[in-house]
Amino acid sequence: MPEMLHRSTARFRLLAPLGLLPLLAGCNMVVLDPAGDVARQQGNLILISTGLMLLIIVPVMILTVVFAWRYRAANRQATYKPDWDHSTQLELVIWAAPLLIIICLGALTWVATHLLDPYRPLARTAPGQAIAAEVRPVEVQVVALDWKWLFIYPDQGIATVNELALPAHRPVRFRISASSVMNSFYIPALAGQIYAMPGMETKLHGVFNQTGQYTGFSANYSGWGFSDMRFAVKSLSDADFAKWVAATKAGGGTLDRTAYLKLEKPSEKVPAQRFAAVEPQLFDAIVNMCVEPGKMCMHDMMSIDAAGGAGIAGIHNVRRLSYDKYAARGTEPGYWGQRYVGALCSSPLMASADIPDAAPVDLAPLTGAGLPSPETPAAAVTAMIRRPAAASPQS
Amino acid sequence: MTPQPAPETGPLLGKLSLDALPLHEPILVVTFIVVALGGLAVLWAITRYRLWGYLWKEWFTTVDHKRIGIMYMILGLIMFLRGFSDAIMMRLQQAMAFGGSEGYLPAHHYDQVFTAHGVIMIFFVAMPFITGLMNYIVPLQIGARDVSFPFLNNFSFWMTTAGAALCMISLFVGEFAQTGWLAYPPLSGLAYSPNVGVDYYIWSLQIAGVGTTLSGINMVVTMLKLRAPGMGLMKMPVFTWTSLCANILIVATFPVLTATLALLSLDRYVGTNFFTNDFGGSPMMYVNLIWIWGHPEVYILILPLFGVFSEVTSTFSGKKLFGYTSMVYATICITILSYLVWLHHFFTMGSGASVNSFFGITTMVISIPTGAKLFNWLFTMYRGRIRFELPMMWTVAFMLTFVVGGMTGVLLAVPPADFVLHNSLFLVAHFHNVIIGGVLFGLFAAINYWWPKAFGFRLDPFWGKVSFWCWVPGFWLAFMPLYILGLMGVTRRMRVFDDPSLQIWFVVAGFGAAVIAVGIAAMLIQFAVSIWRRDQLRDETGDPWEGRTLEWATSSPPPDYNFAFTPVIHDLDAWHDMKRRGHGRPVTGFRDIHMPSNTGAGVILAGISLVMGFALVWHIWWLVGVSFAALIGVAIAHTFNYKRDFDIPAATVAAVEDARTRRLAATGA
Repeated sequence: MPEMLHRSTARFRLLAPLGLLPLLAGCNMVVLDPAGDVARQQGNLILISTGLMLLIIVPVMILTVVFAWRYRAANRQATYKPDWDHSTQLELVIWAAPLLIIICLGALTWVATHLLDPYRPLARTAPGQAIAAEVRPVEVQVVALDWKWLFIYPDQGIATVNELALPAHRPVRFRISASSVMNSFYIPALAGQIYAMPGMETKLHGVFNQTGQYTGFSANYSGWGFSDMRFAVKSLSDADFAKWVAATKAGGGTLDRTAYLKLEKPSEKVPAQRFAAVEPQLFDAIVNMCVEPGKMCMHDMMSIDAAGGAGIAGIHNVRRLSYDKYAARGTEPGYWGQRYVGALCSSPLMASADIPDAAPVDLAPLTGAGLPSPETPAAAVTAMIRRPAAASPQS
Repeated sequence: MTPQPAPETGPLLGKLSLDALPLHEPILVVTFIVVALGGLAVLWAITRYRLWGYLWKEWFTTVDHKRIGIMYMILGLIMFLRGFSDAIMMRLQQAMAFGGSEGYLPAHHYDQVFTAHGVIMIFFVAMPFITGLMNYIVPLQIGARDVSFPFLNNFSFWMTTAGAALCMISLFVGEFAQTGWLAYPPLSGLAYSPNVGVDYYIWSLQIAGVGTTLSGINMVVTMLKLRAPGMGLMKMPVFTWTSLCANILIVATFPVLTATLALLSLDRYVGTNFFTNDFGGSPMMYVNLIWIWGHPEVYILILPLFGVFSEVTSTFSGKKLFGYTSMVYATICITILSYLVWLHHFFTMGSGASVNSFFGITTMVISIPTGAKLFNWLFTMYRGRIRFELPMMWTVAFMLTFVVGGMTGVLLAVPPADFVLHNSLFLVAHFHNVIIGGVLFGLFAAINYWWPKAFGFRLDPFWGKVSFWCWVPGFWLAFMPLYILGLMGVTRRMRVFDDPSLQIWFVVAGFGAAVIAVGIAAMLIQFAVSIWRRDQLRDETGDPWEGRTLEWATSSPPPDYNFAFTPVIHDLDAWHDMKRRGHGRPVTGFRDIHMPSNTGAGVILAGISLVMGFALVWHIWWLVGVSFAALIGVAIAHTFNYKRDFDIPAATVAAVEDARTRRLAATGA
């Protein structure tokens, strides 16, 4: 299916923006021409869907103009039937034509949404290049702060601010959260976006297919410094990535809880920063909103709740679950500032918010009935696509 | 620039102090001076020409659906000029802020501008426009003398106006929300928006929301209970049908908005934790709730205009509407489906693939009835004899523009495509494409179409065409670049940019906005010129377009009682049918007509609500208490008002109708 998506769009890519082509020669449409496999499939989907819809949009626009011209009042040659207001056959066509297009588009949507689910680990790095089962993706923990991005590399033990370096051709797994308000983590060249929300964790998978310099940013308005909440994305070769990691490690600086609490404070237009070492449990503490000393972690509270709560006693034992009201933006405590949560116990099961991803699935069953399985030789696939009778449902 | 701390709260003035006046913002000071001078000039003119009594007796306290409809349109027009100024400011900022330039708006101001633009255009422009339109036309189309609850209608209008006024006050006293038009928490929570901006947002929408909900109930009851004898549901004009569906949507969804905003205000005022990050609050819940209102809202806006296009196409093609029944069912389908799609506004929140595809596909399904409608208009034109008057020109422009917006909408409904286009300028271009290309073009068609009915003279076609030819290309010029920028990965609500290659597109978009501004100016000139030349443009027949529905059966403007005798309906296009059967206008046998009386209670209640909203915004608790007590007191006092109705004597009716008979005879009709 992914190959199919890719190949069958070749025609649409020529067709869809045809009229605009001369105008657009000069601009860099990163959404349609990205550097990563996931974003490329998403971009192709835009073109396929546009092509499908143009099948009905173009005739409607032409008919509008033709009817408007032909049946203008001045044209006395044209037939005039003032009482004609119904035709069962026409009604059938009117409802069936959009329905057919939507059936095709709906099927395409269902399949593509599942295949390109940001939570799904990648099964390939590029068309035809499956990822071996033992390959572990590069993991990056992303935190949207006011108004900059923190990247923690747990395997390398380093962290950066507003600078993201990734090895090309290797799958990347992002675990994403935020410190205060909602943002959206988006690198158009790599993959689609996903919200970064405080106290919650979202996931995203992607891969770069070429080295180069790109940009990432927040795609959800988050306050005053939002416009400058941008970061450089470097896609590096494996060797360069290793060098970059080594240089970061040599650079010094430690991101512990104290440093994080300072970093978390609102600031704008923050230049790139690197930390040679990072406190191992920092990301989990951020997600559980307990970086600040004395705060009870959400997972502790959840395990109390899961055990039925501590009853009336629990109310008095609770000290400072509050988070917003002493927020990093330096606003005053709210009216109800004094709340009283103290850590009681912790369930090891809940300690980590990192619930493992499902294993990558074999995509063959998702290609749908009547489509060639990925084992089919490439030439045969091409031949099938070319033959209209055997065309895939979306083309 | 660091955020300001929350202001101190005093017992007398709450948070209000001289610091709340934006004296350090030159743009606002100049705006204030201009508005103040303009306002003073208007007040002076009203006093000079002794119009206060006339305005109060004939307009402010009126319960006549026609006058209330006109007042809604005026409110929408005034707020449209404000909302459009915001748009121009944004276009200018985005065209300027490149290569290290900060533009001319600091974040604090710019973020208010884009929030206010969205809020005003939806709540105080589009809503008053469509409510005004439905108010004016629906009772006439169903052969009624007024709406079911005439006082409620007056009260609804003034509550909407009070909400708009509170929103406007925020321009000069304090600040407006800096959160985007839907005020997502946690950003809109007390922790991250400690100042009064979000409170202005909440209370202006809550006050206006009372008006919208009540007017929705009023219209639904009117359409269900006050139709002329013989007009079964399937003989209702299409505009009435789409209005019915839109009002059902209002009644069903605005309470959701009210409840959601109430929860947000509890978070902000009482310290609850519905949408906070801590104590188990869930901002995701707010996003779901607000879109459960928000998606039907866009259908509330567009459905009545679909009705307008149906009426216009049929009238100007000189033909029955093709596929009336399927048109009605398509409207009902859209009404129901509009509740099943809200999640498509946040596919990127991380729902599973199955949830996302469900909502993606339900969204696409809406395009089927919408497509059917489009074909129905096409086949209404087919074998017609189309007169390209202004309403029809707007309709054709709509058909060509709206399909593109519809297409990009379906595109955004494909979740993986949405992951790369969400929150981008592509999205911004899409919804402007459907709201301008659909709602606004429809309103312009409607204004040109029904103006002669409301005032007895047509609008000047020359300035109308100037406006048309500025608006349509201006729209494409302003929004095509945004589609392109969206594909270049540019996100919305940005204040500054660092990639210089983007600037040209913003400049083009700004130029487009300037062309639209000329279009708006031409429209205002069109109104002025038409009023000036009203004697040349006069229409005595009451039916200038060879209309087909009942509103064209009465005089223009219609008498207070709309119809001297309630018509009996035999066919779908009632007036067309009456004309064909040689229906003679009754000229004798008039009887007394029972009508509702004007009342000032609506103005007073809404005025007190405005004061209370202002007091709530600034935490002036004594004033909240006083105004709340006053609100209850006036409401109770109003129940003791027994002068609720009167009879128009048969002699008066006869005199009015005889005058019309003479005018008709004089024009040879």
